[in-house]
Amino acid sequence: MSEANPGGAAHPAHVVPTRIYYVIFGILMLCTYLTVQIAFFDLGILNTVAALTIAVLKAALVVLFFMHVKYSTRLTWAVVIGSIFWLAILLALTLTDYTTRAWQTFG
Amino acid sequence: MASTVITPARHYLNDGYGITSWLLTRDHKRIALLYLAGVTFFFFVGGAMAVVMRLELATPAGDLVSDETYNKLFTMHGVMMVFFFLIPAIPNVLGNFLVPIMIGAKDLAFPKLNLFSWYIFIVGGLFSLYALVAGGVDTGWTFYAPFSTVSSTTNVIPTALGIFITGFSSILTGLNFIVTIHRMRAPGLTWFRLPLFLWSTYATSLINVLGTPVIAITLLLVAAERVFHFGFFNPALGGDPVLFQHLFWFYSHPAVYIMVLPAMGVVSELVAAGCRKPVFGYPFVAFASVAIAVLGFLVWGHHMFVAGESVYAAMIFSILSFLVAIPSAVKVFNWTATMYKGSVSWETPMLYAYGFIGLFTIGGLTGLFLAAIAVDVHVTDTYFIVAHFHYIMVGGTIMGYLGGLHYWWPKISGRLYHEGLAKIAAWIIFIGFNLTFFPQFVVGYLGMPRRYHAYPPEFQVLNVLSSAGASILGVGYLLPMAYLIWSLRYGRIAGSNPWGAVGLEWTTTSPPPTENFAQTPVVTWDAYEYPAPVETHVA
Amino acid sequence: MLPDAVEHHHPALAHQFDSLEQQKEAATLGMWIFLVTEVLFFGGLFLTYTTYRHLYPDAFAAASHELIVWAGTINTAVLITSSLTMALAVHAAQTGNRRLLVLFLIVTMILGTVFLGIKAFEYYSEWEERHVPGLNYAFDPRYYRHAQIFFSLYFLMTGLHALHMIIGLGIMAVMLRWSIRGTITPEYFTPIEISGLYWHFVDIVWIFLFPLLYLIGRHAHV
Repeated sequence: MSEANPGGAAHPAHVVPTRIYYVIFGILMLCTYLTVQIAFFDLGILNTVAALTIAVLKAALVVLFFMHVKYSTRLTWAVVIGSIFWLAILLALTLTDYTTRAWQTFG
Repeated sequence: MASTVITPARHYLNDGYGITSWLLTRDHKRIALLYLAGVTFFFFVGGAMAVVMRLELATPAGDLVSDETYNKLFTMHGVMMVFFFLIPAIPNVLGNFLVPIMIGAKDLAFPKLNLFSWYIFIVGGLFSLYALVAGGVDTGWTFYAPFSTVSSTTNVIPTALGIFITGFSSILTGLNFIVTIHRMRAPGLTWFRLPLFLWSTYATSLINVLGTPVIAITLLLVAAERVFHFGFFNPALGGDPVLFQHLFWFYSHPAVYIMVLPAMGVVSELVAAGCRKPVFGYPFVAFASVAIAVLGFLVWGHHMFVAGESVYAAMIFSILSFLVAIPSAVKVFNWTATMYKGSVSWETPMLYAYGFIGLFTIGGLTGLFLAAIAVDVHVTDTYFIVAHFHYIMVGGTIMGYLGGLHYWWPKISGRLYHEGLAKIAAWIIFIGFNLTFFPQFVVGYLGMPRRYHAYPPEFQVLNVLSSAGASILGVGYLLPMAYLIWSLRYGRIAGSNPWGAVGLEWTTTSPPPTENFAQTPVVTWDAYEYPAPVETHVA
Repeated sequence: MLPDAVEHHHPALAHQFDSLEQQKEAATLGMWIFLVTEVLFFGGLFLTYTTYRHLYPDAFAAASHELIVWAGTINTAVLITSSLTMALAVHAAQTGNRRLLVLFLIVTMILGTVFLGIKAFEYYSEWEERHVPGLNYAFDPRYYRHAQIFFSLYFLMTGLHALHMIIGLGIMAVMLRWSIRGTITPEYFTPIEISGLYWHFVDIVWIFLFPLLYLIGRHAHV
């Protein structure tokens, strides 16, 4: 029977070669080692930046390759990006309150 | 358009008898009716609270109930009405019934999940009911900390858990609708051929999915703080009560759009059908629905202008709150433009639609007053706020709900209700509503605070008007219960399209068969392709 | 109007769908949307964490120092490995290799159990160290109240994560049963794929929890 939903693309199942999984696994383990090592040096604010950057990189690799988003439809991408964006709204707008409370007020 | 005025031999209501065929159904139409029973029950529980409150407020002295009892009354009124009536009503009753039919599908994407959602809704409601009979809750439906987490001695945890559980019903329904609308539209049914009710339902589902989880974790934190004394929201332990408010309102502001967007969707359908015209500016109305859903997530801080929030954050939230009014206004303009030169009718669903447009406009405009920090500072926690949100929730959402219920009643039941009685009820509701809530704008502006069971004597006249209106409104709400149920047995047979309206739901029988359509439709027409009106020239 | 096709009905095809492809796309989209709700659900806790770390950085560093870094690190490695084996399980299902599918599912479940075991050990140690708010909490008086907020968040966030792991193990058990029975075929491996999505998500939550909870102020000598 022909495709019954005009909006959905007939998406052929993409088989990811297992080699890619092993490479990604290696990168993830390396990143874990790095993030622990960096934590033991005093880099001031950069400690947090480094830790979060590595975490975001690891998460991106899991999302793109293990969860197949790299090979997925635009709708899946929209859903993933949407969730990150909404979490960002929650964090950013609340932090506008906490980071500006100590500022001078008017009058 | 000629319609066959017979009830089909086989339809979803007689496809299986007995209690298990209802309690174990996977049919979205039966589940919609299960929800109808549930939300109606909780509506009357919340309504009963309101009756006692308005009785108390008829006199200035706090003489009917104690202040603590009054606190419990307004709390339960809010909890029942918001979480167990307003949020589920239109999406889970009308949405469940109509979404698959309007897209030409046999059912939702996940029918078993749909039934499970209903059970979750009921279990959550029972938790909160238990809290009610076990002595009530007195924190307000807003559960502000640290009162709710430390000092209140009432049944906070069962109520919070009840709302937590019911929240998953909203989440799963929203998930079901989004997947269904994306993946199960009939051949030819592109996004811009969808009825606007589906655009609104889709936008509502986005809010359900993105916002409800945050209130879920927030209520869990309240319960955990009560049990383990963690201190997230307790200043004595280093916590910040305003953080609770951020978390709470991140959901609860978009929640008001969960309440009003579906009603707007209903109004779009009613206006098109009642004026025999396509909705003016269809793409703008469609995009406005999504814009409301998105912008609605950016404004929650306007509930916290006087709570201790940074004034700079307050200014950001204030500007964003002005912005969110724009797509709502676009819709009101477009509905009005639809009515212009339309073949305007005055049947009961249309009365509710017109009522919605007027009352929602008033409610929405007063929202703009509140977005201005300078005004909000004076009227916060007064009856001005109470009137504002009741104009939207009752004047808006409930009017939309009743209008939709009446419009689609023939499709749902196969019967017509008594039009004369229905018109009278609509007018009683309209008059009763305005008499109840307009005086509250005035008395709030004059300074009467909300959530008090006693008030200074100079406010009595306005309060008496409000209480009188409430009694009229109560009668108005009971009438549809009576004549709709009566119509099930004695109403005239409706036929497949009693309104002569355009829409996939009107192409199938009333009531529809279990699988909705005898054959999957192929859609080649736009949403509201009414025949052009015949021009007549007057010399 | 098109007549409904008289289709060869695959036993796994539900009546509301027209094809297995449509059903697969619906199930996948449904799981992704569910994961969005989970992001926002944990998000409330991440907001609470961010707020109080911003307000009380020293207390958070001092409290974080008390966590068992090697346990957290091993757990991170364990979960990453389990994500690998889960991805390999989906691959095996896709290519019709039932033996490998069963093997990788079992290994994934073992790794998940190891994670929970190490977590239980950590919780027990923290109980012995009297770092459990609401039960037997005691801490350096300089940071007493604010460190308590850290520990509250630690137990809540890792506890909620562990609950999701336990649910994940339950899902894997069901998947294992279906795999052994032969319900999973290259035409119908959707349940494995969407279970994998859930499992990877739980891994991602931990990828953020680990540095945020365990690696604050590690360089400080206390």
